[in-house]
Amino acid sequence: MDQQNTNSNNNQPRAGFAPPVREIMEYSCADCGATNEIKSREPIRCRECGHRIMYKKRTKRMVQFEAR
Amino acid sequence: MDARRLVGIHAERVTDVSSRDFPGHYPDEDHSWNLKKFRKNLTVQVRRVSQRSIDFDLVGVDASIANAFRRIIIAEVPTICIEHVYVYNNTSVIVDEILAQRIGLIPLNIDPKKMEMKEADDESTDRNTMVFELALECTRKKDAPKDTTDPALLYENHELLSGHLVWTPAGEQNEVFRDKPPAPTNPNIVIAKLRPGQGIQMTLHAVKGFGKDHAKFNPAATASYRLLPHITIKKPIPVHLAEKFQKCFSPGVIRVDPRTKAVSVDEENKRRDTVSREVLRHPEFDGYVELSRVRDFFLFNIESESAYLPQELLPEAISVFRGKLSSIRRAAQALLEAPADEDVVMGDS
Repeated sequence: MDQQNTNSNNNQPRAGFAPPVREIMEYSCADCGATNEIKSREPIRCRECGHRIMYKKRTKRMVQFEAR
Repeated sequence: MDARRLVGIHAERVTDVSSRDFPGHYPDEDHSWNLKKFRKNLTVQVRRVSQRSIDFDLVGVDASIANAFRRIIIAEVPTICIEHVYVYNNTSVIVDEILAQRIGLIPLNIDPKKMEMKEADDESTDRNTMVFELALECTRKKDAPKDTTDPALLYENHELLSGHLVWTPAGEQNEVFRDKPPAPTNPNIVIAKLRPGQGIQMTLHAVKGFGKDHAKFNPAATASYRLLPHITIKKPIPVHLAEKFQKCFSPGVIRVDPRTKAVSVDEENKRRDTVSREVLRHPEFDGYVELSRVRDFFLFNIESESAYLPQELLPEAISVFRGKLSSIRRAAQALLEAPADEDVVMGDS
């Protein structure tokens, strides 16, 4: 057990688990609103219009509020 | 009119505001509380009822009782309102917090008697929680005319309305609420405005609550009373001043005989007076008239903005009041049954 824990801390793929799915990050262009996939170390630039300002998308998770 | 019932209204002050019909104030008069006497003096008369509001007179009670009913209607008659908002998506310009607060204020037509209170640590069940779904996506209309700027012509679903709430029955709710499916009392309340690409998806949980907890649970839009105005004409108004005298009061309050120009108070319409005291500003009417209000004559006006019909709110308040009285009676009974020589224990000490 101890061995396994140190393994996972070393950031190595754990045996028996699927490797964590790399979620593609999507951003929407501040100018034209098009959805862009931008990977790390890629230039931040809209594929549609060349605008350099991007917005992060809203979380897909549920958010809870009190109606007060 | 018994002068003891009147609150004097003068140019810059009011007099005899407090009631004095309590034991020991007037020598040799019995003012102890008496059910028979109270019954004889008490009247409740409905003057006007509409779908949303009611006017009625409550006569023969102390201001404390009339005020208790008013306060109970506002703060302690339960209603059902949306309390929890679960947002899955909201790309509108209104932020989640504001949207949740707005949704909470929508009046729902759910009969509060058919639901139970949900206390803080209670599980949500079909008896204490009502679930609604709200989902809307705004899109561009394909066949929109080119030259228009009207969002109703340009876009589909450009307004999120209270009518878009969809009730999701759970458990026994389908049978219990069959004759009146839960929905907002008004389907045309605009909750948010949308533009193409914006959408909202959320789940809403409605629970029972009291106005003292949050104003959204207040069943009334307004619940208020005023005292009946009373006008005493001390001596006949001079004929040439009759019209001017009439104009000092609200329309319909003062009658002027078209032939003799004799001035009199319209007893049926004197309630319309706003008691502006205009008549007291004119020196020519000095000593001719006395203004007052009747201390135990309450003109109630209640506007319902909830599942209750306007005429149901006073009976509901009375039943809440009776519940309070019965708990006071039980507490008093417990005091009687406690050993007489024991000190009253205050708090934890």
